[in-house]
Amino acid sequence: MWAYEKKLQYPIRIKKTDPALAKIIIAQYGGPDGELGASLRYLSQRFTMVTPQAIATLNDIGTEELAHLEIVGSICHQLTANATPQQMRDAGMDVDYVNHGLGIHPSFGGAAWTAAYIQSKGDPITDLYENMAAEQKARSTYEYLLDLIDDPDVADPIKFLREREVVHMQRFGEALNYVRDYLGRKRMFYSK
Amino acid sequence: MNRDTLLHKITALDFMAVDLQLFLNTNPHNREALEIYNDTVAKATAARRQYEAQFGPLTGARDPSGPGWPWMDEPWPWQNERSAS
Repeated sequence: MWAYEKKLQYPIRIKKTDPALAKIIIAQYGGPDGELGASLRYLSQRFTMVTPQAIATLNDIGTEELAHLEIVGSICHQLTANATPQQMRDAGMDVDYVNHGLGIHPSFGGAAWTAAYIQSKGDPITDLYENMAAEQKARSTYEYLLDLIDDPDVADPIKFLREREVVHMQRFGEALNYVRDYLGRKRMFYSK
Repeated sequence: MNRDTLLHKITALDFMAVDLQLFLNTNPHNREALEIYNDTVAKATAARRQYEAQFGPLTGARDPSGPGWPWMDEPWPWQNERSAS
C-alpha cells in the first residue's frame, strides 16, 4: 500500500500563467512516455519479477514515478490556474477547455492515456529491457521539452525529472545484471 | 526556521534517502552508501518531527491528531497563490 506525503518531491512555484507550456508538458502526465505509464508499468511488472534486487527496484521506482506524476500535474495546474478562456484559446487549448475546463487530464495531443502505452510481458529480461528503453524515451521527451521552455520556474523541475530518468535507467541496468545471473543459473535452453 | 525553509530541508533530505534507497537495492554491500543512508534518514526524521509539531502532519493516519483536524488544512503541495479555494 502507499502513504501520502503532503509535499512534492521537487517544489513547484510557477509565477507566470502560460497555458501553451501546459499543453506540451502534459505529455509527461498522460502521454506515451509519461509518468503515469511509467508508474503503472513498473508496479504491474513487480508481480512476476525475480531476484530481490530487481523486485525492490521496480517497487521503489514505480513509487517514485507517482511522485513525478504529481510534479508534472502540479506544473500544468500552476501554468493554467486562473487562465482566462481567451488565454486558453490563444494557447490552442480551446478543445481542452471545452472538454476539461482547467482540469488536469491524462491525455496528450488529443489522445487519452491508454494501457497500450505500457508493457508487462511476464518475462523478467524482456520487462527490464522495456524499462531501460522507456526511461530513455522519457529522457528524450524531457530534453525536447527543455528546448521549448524559457521560464526557469518551469525548466528547473523538468531538469530534475530528466536527471531521474538517467538514474532510473542506471538502476534498471544493474537489476538486469542480477536477473541475468539468476536466470543463467536456473534455466538452460538447449537442443536435445 | 520558517515553514518553507523547513519543508525545503525535509524535501532535500527525503530525496537523498530515496536516491540512496534505489542505489542500495542494487548495491546492498556498499558500506559508504549505507552509512549516508542511515545518517540522512535520521536527519530527515528529526526535521519531520520539528515540522509536524509546528505546522501540522505531513502524512495521514500515522500520528494522533490531537484536538483538531489539521490534515485538511491548506496549502496542498500543488497549490500556488493562483489556485482557487
